Amino acid sequence: MVVGSHGRRRAAMALRLALLTAGLVVMLLPFIYMLATSFKPNAVVLEIPLKFFPQHPTPANYVSAWTSNRFAQYFVNSVFVAIVTTAAALLLSSMMAYSFARFRFPGRSFFFGLILIALMVPTMMMLIPQFLLARDLHLLDSLWGLVVFYTGGNMGLNTFLLHSFFQDIPVELEEAMIVDGANPWTRYWRLILPLSRPALATAAIFTFLASWDEFTWALTIINDPSRYTLPIAIALFQGQHSTSWGLVFAASAIAIAPVLIIFAIFQRQFIAGIASGAVKA
Amino acid sequence: MLPTRSTPSSSNAKLPEARSASLGKPSARRRRDVLYAYLFLAPGFALFALTILYPIVRAFQISLFHWAIVPGAASAFVGLKNYAHALHDPVFWRAVANTAFYMLITVPSQIVLGLLAAVLLDARMPARALFRTLYYLPVVTSWVVVALVFRYLFITEGGLVNWILHDNLHLIPHNINWLGARWTAMTALGILGVWKGVGWSMVIFLAALQGVPRVLHEAAAVDGARAWDRFRAVSLPAIRPVVAFVTVLLVIGGFNVFISVYLMTNGGPVDQTQVLLTYMYRQAFSFLDFGYGTAISFLLTLIVFAISLVQLRLFRRPAGER
Repeated sequence: MVVGSHGRRRAAMALRLALLTAGLVVMLLPFIYMLATSFKPNAVVLEIPLKFFPQHPTPANYVSAWTSNRFAQYFVNSVFVAIVTTAAALLLSSMMAYSFARFRFPGRSFFFGLILIALMVPTMMMLIPQFLLARDLHLLDSLWGLVVFYTGGNMGLNTFLLHSFFQDIPVELEEAMIVDGANPWTRYWRLILPLSRPALATAAIFTFLASWDEFTWALTIINDPSRYTLPIAIALFQGQHSTSWGLVFAASAIAIAPVLIIFAIFQRQFIAGIASGAVKA
Repeated sequence: MLPTRSTPSSSNAKLPEARSASLGKPSARRRRDVLYAYLFLAPGFALFALTILYPIVRAFQISLFHWAIVPGAASAFVGLKNYAHALHDPVFWRAVANTAFYMLITVPSQIVLGLLAAVLLDARMPARALFRTLYYLPVVTSWVVVALVFRYLFITEGGLVNWILHDNLHLIPHNINWLGARWTAMTALGILGVWKGVGWSMVIFLAALQGVPRVLHEAAAVDGARAWDRFRAVSLPAIRPVVAFVTVLLVIGGFNVFISVYLMTNGGPVDQTQVLLTYMYRQAFSFLDFGYGTAISFLLTLIVFAISLVQLRLFRRPAGER
């Protein structure tokens, strides 16, 4: 009886692992094939019959993407946009969140309500008016045009997340500082922000990745190739050189490497952020 | 996202200035605090109003015009004509049907497969964290990259999918031109959507399953319930709100499908695979018909908004928050 249930449990575990492994193969196959292709010489990329792995792996596509095809420049553009956006969005939204979490003032619920409502509006609906606005502000074809609208676009969710976190910080800590004569800015900067490192880290990761991966807005306002970010550079490159798949995937690997590194380091924040239902990646 | 947690009005009791009024000169303090509150709010909210709120309002305005793209030129007010146009535009309705088809593939599959993966992972087992991480990998990878990878996988001659199905498994008599026809292309797009998103639903379901009290399972096991019965009688009812929440977000996500379609088929061949947002983008940025493009996106927003409101009404408590 005992042996039987033990055997059944082992069989169940074996089935469990078999199913999960089969799923894993499906999940990973596209990545592996992408990497395999990026190491193939371009001449054999669409070879028939197909060979999954390169016969003679070569880093030529990476070298070519990074040097002659200006992907180093696009990488720098992406880094600039993502870092400035993250810094600006975190500063501005944490200030807003502090205001909502700790002060009572006329219009407070109204302002907060506007932020919540805007969170439900699909970003694509704003695309056309945002394009006209960017044109009027002379932000077309400029990395600042990306930074300004990415910052604005990430503000709602960040404010909402940080506001909930700030609210859970005991008021007594601030009251002690008030007695010592600290003004609100000092309290925000010296107390609230340092205590909120986990929430700020989560917000920073999601903001950074959102701007790193953003495609549609960049596609819409950037025409000058020297201002390309990685996503549009890769997509447009594929459009122009429809057979240079090895090069496209080498560039893609370069673009997703930082994401995977960040994901590997901050996994817990990712999973927690997603599982809390707050973020739809 | 579910903005249902604490709204500001519910937390007044915690505000320091209300409690510390005894520190003296309450009205002067209060005035100064209101000033500070606005100073903290102003920079961020100004940017938010400019880049988000103003475009939302402007979108509706633009949709009522035959919009003149040249700056300074007069646009003709056409009332609801752009909306009427949409209702009589066969390509618009094809885009609606394609979007619905995309959801028909992606929503149930992501629920069932995500739930299956979550149930399998909800046990003490080796390499659990590794499985979870690797299943989640497509979720964190950019849409641009995965769309290009899948375009490459679905190439007719020399693509991996045909190679597996035809050359290896002999399941199909000849290579399929996946992206060259409407339904095969929409199927390929749906497969990409499921592959990219299943890790997301899995993580949410897994968090929900881990919140189901162990004692319930143990009690059911003592009563002799088999694993499947325990799942149906204990786990499923407990996570039903989460399943509903995930369904709503997947439906909204389905309406918003854009990058994968734009990069895999660009709505082609001849508008056969347009979805709502690729059609909107084409109207706006290829044909420069901003009025019509905005009308389409406004219709989409109305639908999404209606779903969000129903969802807010039905599930006051967000998923995963216990």
